[in-house]
Amino acid sequence: MSVFVWVEQFEGTPISASWEALGLARQFADQLGSTVTALMFGQNVDSVVQSAFHYGADAVIKADDRSLQYYRFSPYVALLAKIVQEHNPAIVLAAATTSGRELLAGAAADLNAGILTDVTDLSLENGKLKAVRPVLGGKVLSVEVMAGDGPQFATLRNRAFKALEPDTSRTGTVTTLTSTATENDADTQIEGFQKTTGKVSLSDATIIVSGGRGVGGPEGFGPVRELAEVLGAAVGASRAAVDAGWIPYEHQVGQTGKVVSPDLYIACGISGAIQHQAGMRTAKVIVAINKDPEAPIFKLAQYGIIGDVFEVLPALTQAFRQRLG
Amino acid sequence: MHVVVVTKNTPDTEAAVTVDAAGNVSWGDKLVVNPWDEYAITEAVLLKGAHNVQATILAVGPEEHQESLKHGLAIGCDQAIRIWHDSLAGYDSLVYANAVAAAIRKLGDVDLVIFGKELADIASDAHIYQTARKLGWTMLGFVARIEAVDFGGKTIRVTRLVEQGTQIVSSRLPAVISVVKDINEPKYPTFIGIRKAAKAEIPVWGPAELGLDAANLTPRTRVVGYQNLPKREGTVQIIEGATAQEKAATLVEKLLQEKVI
Repeated sequence: MSVFVWVEQFEGTPISASWEALGLARQFADQLGSTVTALMFGQNVDSVVQSAFHYGADAVIKADDRSLQYYRFSPYVALLAKIVQEHNPAIVLAAATTSGRELLAGAAADLNAGILTDVTDLSLENGKLKAVRPVLGGKVLSVEVMAGDGPQFATLRNRAFKALEPDTSRTGTVTTLTSTATENDADTQIEGFQKTTGKVSLSDATIIVSGGRGVGGPEGFGPVRELAEVLGAAVGASRAAVDAGWIPYEHQVGQTGKVVSPDLYIACGISGAIQHQAGMRTAKVIVAINKDPEAPIFKLAQYGIIGDVFEVLPALTQAFRQRLG
Repeated sequence: MHVVVVTKNTPDTEAAVTVDAAGNVSWGDKLVVNPWDEYAITEAVLLKGAHNVQATILAVGPEEHQESLKHGLAIGCDQAIRIWHDSLAGYDSLVYANAVAAAIRKLGDVDLVIFGKELADIASDAHIYQTARKLGWTMLGFVARIEAVDFGGKTIRVTRLVEQGTQIVSSRLPAVISVVKDINEPKYPTFIGIRKAAKAEIPVWGPAELGLDAANLTPRTRVVGYQNLPKREGTVQIIEGATAQEKAATLVEKLLQEKVI
């Protein structure tokens, strides 16, 4: 009754939240007196296999095939369901990425098993998973438990769990699946991929600089981006800025955008509507920069600067450049 | 040929949510159409306008979910069906998926099922992918644009928004898609639409109509209670200074001391 983790990779680069899932799996396996098995689907994933051992896996099951190069729902789900059915693990975990959410829910459906989605806390009590998840727009937490028997599936929110320190002396056994062809292998074709390279992804970012209505227009994101660049940060935005067409939707943080949990969140010209707070209130440190001292964002922030973002942001960029340069 | 959109009502996003000592949650009574579903419903109506297809709206839930169905009818969906029975209370994603998949099979000639990206109340999307799986159809999640759809030739081409960028995927129909905000500008009901919707008969399908047995209705997960969010500690420290440069320098110093950079 091993603990399984789907280790996600993109073009040979592992998704860091997969290591967080391995860290939690290690904890559960130790609690159960069991082992951790990492599952890896893709093409040329060997470099990721070694890293999986370093981050806590005892064994790896890999399916390495051209047809698995990019995640596609039907072939991936069928493959995961087949492996889980054969090995009957106690628990199956993955990062709650777009692919991880689809894949684990799909396989759980095939096996009529329970799934807890996008959890921020997960524990094991008498062999059953118990999760804490933010619900109702992130305004409250719900506590949910597994009710049935069989494999228990859960997806973990990015940055909610800690990865182990990699131990390069660790190693383990590798099982290579030879026959990976599954149903519906050809039902979807990926025709193109426009990668957002060079930009830091919001969900993975340790620092986020976000702009809102107070930046005044599309050009107002110039100083936001400059500060983000100096800090190696991702650029976020409030719904107001996105709805005004100043910045694409992929940058939106909040209830109808992305939910983020960085170490540092710098809110620039964002009033802090409850829907925005739902997306960023779990940041470790929040800094608010706003002209309006009454803005609700100041109730959430540790540090505030009352002032014009067009004066404060360039000054901050300059100050960071000097100190970090 | 048939497009189905699946929705339900969720608490108003503006509502204050409270948890009592016993772990029960309340949010006032105001319900709205699940915010993500406004895009899904609009997309179904746009497809109906552009192709020779019928648009049907389904909702899972008791009486109060009727409003989301009327909203769909008022915007332009042809028919609405509510899925409910007391035996569905306490449903999890799997039970929800079993019920929706059964309703879609009962409708018969469905080519495309559209969901909003997630349900805002339970903050989950598992039921969407599980519906696809229960139907045995492919799933295209996080769709930002339908590039092309051919209901006669049974193909669809979409742009998906994923962590690494935007992906163009083509697939066969029937398929299940989930949509994100980029896909359209939500339509609002017209006066005539609202009047028409008010008069519409909305059938209710339960396990008997859907052919669901006890195994299909048994949830595998259960909500045991609610908790308030941990309070964020302390109060804001306003950084003072004569100039923006002075304030900036002080803030940088403090953030470096906190080791968040």
